[in-house]
Amino acid sequence: MSSFPTQARVVVVGAGIVGNSVAYHLARLGWRDIVQIDKGPLPNPGGSTGHASNFLFLVDHNKEMAALTVESARQYRDWDVYTECGGIEVARSETRMAELRRRMDSSKNWGIESRLVTPAEIKELVPYIDESILVGGFYTPGVGVCDSLRFGTICREKAQEMGALAVFANTEVGGFGVEDGRIRSVETSRGSIAAEYVVIACGVWSPKVAELAGARIPLTPAVHQMIDVGPVPRFERSSRAIEFPIVRDMDVLMYERQDGIGLEIGSYAHRSILHDPEEIPSLEEAALSPTEFPFTQDDFDPQMEHALELMPEIVGDESVGVKYAINGLIALTPDGMPLLGETPEVKGLWSAAAVWVKEGPAVGQSIAEWMVHGEPTIDVGQSDISRFHAHQKTRRHTKARAFEAFPKTYGIVHPAEQYLSDRPLRMSPMHGWHAAHEGEFFEVAGWERPQWFRSNAALVERYGVAGRPNEWDARWWSPIINAEHLAMREGAGIFDLSAFAIFDVVGPGALAAVQGVALRQMDVPLGRVVYTPVLNQEGGFKSDLTIMRLAGDVFRVVTGGAHGMSDLKWFRDHLPADAAIVDQTSAFTTIGVWGPRARDIVQGVTRDDLSHEGFRFGTCRTIEIGSQLVLASRISYVGDLGWELYVPMEQGLRLWETLWEAGRPHGLTACGMGVYGTTGRIEKSYRAYGAELDGDYDIVEADMAPPRLKAQDFVGKAAVERQLAGEPVARLCTLTVDDHTSASGEKRYMLGRQPIVLADGSPIVDAKGRRSYATSAGASPSTGLHALLAYLPPEQAVEGNHLFVEYFAERYPVTVAVVGSRPLFDPENLRVRA
Amino acid sequence: MTTVLVLVTSSDGAPDDVALQGLSLAREVAAGEPLHALVLGDEAAAAGLGAWGATQVHVARHPALADIAPGAAPDAAARILGDLADRLGADVVVGPGTEPGNTILARTAARAGLPFAANCTVVVPGAPLTVTRQRWGGSLLEEAVIHADRAILTVAAHTVAATPVPGGAAPVTTFEPALDDADLVVRVVERIPAAAGGVSLADAKVVVSGGRGAGSVEGFAPIEELAGLLKAAIGCSRAVTISGWRPHTDQVGQTGTKIVPSLYIAAGISGATQHMAGCKGAKKILAINKDPDAPIMSIADYAVIGDLHQILPAISAELRRVRGG
Amino acid sequence: MRVLACIKRVPAVAGRMVLTPDARALDTRHLGFTISPHEECAVEEAVRLIEAHGGESVVLTLGPAAAVEQLRDAMAIGIGRAIHLETGDEDWDAESTAAALADAIRADEAAAGPFDLILLGNESADAGGYQVAVRLGRALGRPTVAGIKGIAVADGAVRCEQEVTGGRDVYRLPLPALVAVLEGLNTPRFPSVPGRLRAKSKPVSASSPARAAQRLELVRLVVPQGKAKQAEVLGHGPESAPAVVAMLDGLGLVR
Repeated sequence: MSSFPTQARVVVVGAGIVGNSVAYHLARLGWRDIVQIDKGPLPNPGGSTGHASNFLFLVDHNKEMAALTVESARQYRDWDVYTECGGIEVARSETRMAELRRRMDSSKNWGIESRLVTPAEIKELVPYIDESILVGGFYTPGVGVCDSLRFGTICREKAQEMGALAVFANTEVGGFGVEDGRIRSVETSRGSIAAEYVVIACGVWSPKVAELAGARIPLTPAVHQMIDVGPVPRFERSSRAIEFPIVRDMDVLMYERQDGIGLEIGSYAHRSILHDPEEIPSLEEAALSPTEFPFTQDDFDPQMEHALELMPEIVGDESVGVKYAINGLIALTPDGMPLLGETPEVKGLWSAAAVWVKEGPAVGQSIAEWMVHGEPTIDVGQSDISRFHAHQKTRRHTKARAFEAFPKTYGIVHPAEQYLSDRPLRMSPMHGWHAAHEGEFFEVAGWERPQWFRSNAALVERYGVAGRPNEWDARWWSPIINAEHLAMREGAGIFDLSAFAIFDVVGPGALAAVQGVALRQMDVPLGRVVYTPVLNQEGGFKSDLTIMRLAGDVFRVVTGGAHGMSDLKWFRDHLPADAAIVDQTSAFTTIGVWGPRARDIVQGVTRDDLSHEGFRFGTCRTIEIGSQLVLASRISYVGDLGWELYVPMEQGLRLWETLWEAGRPHGLTACGMGVYGTTGRIEKSYRAYGAELDGDYDIVEADMAPPRLKAQDFVGKAAVERQLAGEPVARLCTLTVDDHTSASGEKRYMLGRQPIVLADGSPIVDAKGRRSYATSAGASPSTGLHALLAYLPPEQAVEGNHLFVEYFAERYPVTVAVVGSRPLFDPENLRVRA
Repeated sequence: MTTVLVLVTSSDGAPDDVALQGLSLAREVAAGEPLHALVLGDEAAAAGLGAWGATQVHVARHPALADIAPGAAPDAAARILGDLADRLGADVVVGPGTEPGNTILARTAARAGLPFAANCTVVVPGAPLTVTRQRWGGSLLEEAVIHADRAILTVAAHTVAATPVPGGAAPVTTFEPALDDADLVVRVVERIPAAAGGVSLADAKVVVSGGRGAGSVEGFAPIEELAGLLKAAIGCSRAVTISGWRPHTDQVGQTGTKIVPSLYIAAGISGATQHMAGCKGAKKILAINKDPDAPIMSIADYAVIGDLHQILPAISAELRRVRGG
Repeated sequence: MRVLACIKRVPAVAGRMVLTPDARALDTRHLGFTISPHEECAVEEAVRLIEAHGGESVVLTLGPAAAVEQLRDAMAIGIGRAIHLETGDEDWDAESTAAALADAIRADEAAAGPFDLILLGNESADAGGYQVAVRLGRALGRPTVAGIKGIAVADGAVRCEQEVTGGRDVYRLPLPALVAVLEGLNTPRFPSVPGRLRAKSKPVSASSPARAAQRLELVRLVVPQGKAKQAEVLGHGPESAPAVVAMLDGLGLVR
């Protein structure tokens, strides 16, 4: 063994699937002086990789997760450590069968070969199953099992062969040297290493390790129960370790898979059993590995009965014994997504945690690309560790959400499903008012926001809004949303936008700071409001947000609550030395008033000139409303005349009440976020980050390119120049549904993320291999249509073109209504400029 | 005044090692007071006990026990020991911490309604008597107080050195103990000699063992090869027996065989508590393991880091080369 | 015939022993629990005897409420019912344990008839007292043999084999009798899933005996200090062979 180094470019802490992959990909991308340490022995240091069931089901409703899994399978396959055996998710109930049909939508979206299978077909694939209790299944032939330990060993060996990596097992981290908010060194049980970068890939131990540097990695170790039974007579003839498809028994939250002559049975059906990282025993204390906790039989008893029902031939065989049973530890996070990227607390300290074996190789690659090139190929924005607001980093919140989410591991989760635990956390000054007006609260980033107001129920009848007959389509939805929308379009609506993340960029370098990040020209007169995309180096979307120039050296950035913290870090990462950022999120509340009567309402409470000429669209300035000074900004995300009004948080309620009183004679309606986030923007074809706008598409495709590119440099400019020079291979279009009637005669309403296909069901694929799918979907109450946004290749992006959308594996006709960013409703934008 | 009585088990005219260790422990307890030794039948073994510290040796001879080994009728042995202790007014009764020793002393205690402390490593004289005794096959020690007028205990094997008393001698008296039929119900009725050949694990001077790292039944081939070259017995860990790769008779450990070889070669054995309890009596230990920090390393004298499947064949080849074969 | 297997719940220790702060017990926070290994063989033997001879097998333990887990483990591989003498978390010495077992056995026999054979482990994995079987045999007035690795029941007697230096000793005890067995007696089976599920509904009769004064009183536990040896590394991989052979030569094992 070589002597222990005193310095390194990067120290990778952890030699599980993630740490190994990070080390390899960093070496592959040219980095040298990589040191990898683990407190355990090699090749199995005792973390979750060592007891993982190692299978990869490729289809996930989440685009990012599906992309990471598919890429990981490719890497495992490349190194010959992947056994493709296929996988079937089986349904015992009609409800589950519907979910499997929905999975067909996702498999088509992401281009993963899958098909629905009948009970008889399942029996043919898995002869030891009792198909009589099944309704059907969802079969993915590319599902397989990897050898994650072997993969890790190859990673280290290859990196060592390149002369890039030194590996030290049985080496524990005792602390970090951090100076001026940047990582400087790692203190280990074998000595200190000075390092520019540190990657924490410590699985369930990550929070403990990160704390040593003053950073937070919010995950909680949780138990996943697993048993192995054998020897199975039928498997004794198997020529390989796994020959039959893996079965996920979705209704009972279990899986069964062949493992040599044994059958492995895993479960997510038991109660949520959460631990603290401090509770994990040391290697010396642990009976098995530190992350294999003693099995708790009682928790597994019901699962044994379920396994017996599904596979009586094997599980019911008296000669087949339970040979191994553990409570294995896995990592759960507050929102179910991994924790990747540089920590917002410490520069140079990276997190690669809460990653499963099925994503490991792709995560390693993404982290390495991110560190070396500044951006990963796969958009991992939803996994960015900087996404969390303060409360989300606490132990209590993490555990509450993990406790709630664990039973949903194989659950049927509605795209709008709300967490119920650890609420309410962040309440706007109008929260009491909303509650009194029967707001239906949805949560984002901890903020409680009315999605609609039940007190507006009477509007449904007044506007003749139809309901949705299908329970799924109507879940987490109300026709009141559409009614509030129409009331806004007729009179005016008032919105509570307190969840906005707000931060000021200040100082002599403020202009340079925002100029270098924003696509749009930021050297604008004082009082201008600029809506601008924010791009990464490759020209993919990082965010879209508005920036107000409040003074020569003060710019106020306003962005969505969900992505606000990631945006904040992005600005900080690109901040010149002579500029500073002040987080104002909790200082200001924002109230929006929009609609044809908005001017009448606000003008009624101010002596300032709000006329079209006196207060131009795209400008902001301070006005007096009663005894308050209010920063008013004339823009709109719902496509109507009106203002965002900013006041200190504690004055919000007073302003709201003032406006409410003034607005009632004008038909002012309190509107929920359903209007703001869905109907209002959809019928205006406004794009949303995370839906239409992500790392996979560019501003030309999204039809958001400025008429003229600014002269100043900004992140992604070179890429944008290339994009502008070429012809887009996809264009964002607005489609409308021609007929909602399903085969059963029920009207169905798509919720977004459905494949757009040709008449024969074949996918539409652009020249970059991306498949067309509905990035968003929602009602356009003003036109009475249901609208979808989707990128289409040029030959399909033709207005009037007839295509189809698949929803729960059924096809519905749609028409391309708009190509590009022209709104479906009020295409000339007369309303906002009224 | 403390009177101590020691049961000295023997075979073929020689006292057992552990019995002599018991005598040495008892000597400390007696601290110069009379130290009585009881020998069951074997007068030859009794002769030299003075040299190991006994001051008075009692040999029990009974016709019913003439043709069986001492301890082969444990209830009879227990009665003889108990009766003698009564007769001598013994305050402390000590026996060897062997399979027969523990069962005899336990029976003596049960008959007398007294507590019994098995496998002691330290005895602190006094009233009440305090002992340190082994739990978990010696992986854990217990300090305990014996609340009784007579303390009955055994000495843990190979934890106390047997030290001779130069020039020591003791009178030997022979007596016929009283025994009833009931004392002879439990007795050996037949002895099946072991098959000839092979090295017994318990007595082997060299043991080569394989653990989970051997990987399979076939994985023991290099272990068998090296054991053959060293005329060693083959051992294994409990993980191996549970996996069915080797018979339980090969198991070294707390619930297998406790070994005391000159050299123990542990290949692919991490060193669980259960295993360490069986092998820590070895004079020298060579550990061969992929993990340089495996627990076995903490009791090993020599270590080779790496895969046993590569290392053992290389050692065997080198051994043949050096021997000129 | 009727066979009783007596078992003890013990922690599944594998790595370093860690004590509770008062040093009177092992810290078992990270540990699972199991049937003491010798007793796993006693349970297996009881099941086999009933499979061969017919009758009833019963498992008995004295231990905390959680010990029902081990009773279920025994029933999962085929024992018919269980008797649980429930204690607190405190340690019971062998004398009081044997006394409580004797009372429970007498009570069960009064109701269901005598046990032909009572099987115990030779010594528990944790306390290692080597005496519960002989005390119980004494209390019940039945012959008891310890250290047994082979059992055969025929003609109202049990033939027991014991490994000794140079061979195997054979005992023949008239029934009813007690036998304290060693691991290696048999290879215990793994429970099947149906066995596990059946075990859930098998009867467990529970009672709480009083704990007598402890005459072998545990004062405290001590984790023995290792030899603190620094192993001499002879090398890495097959290249180490000459160094190993040199070491063997030093011990006189080469020539």
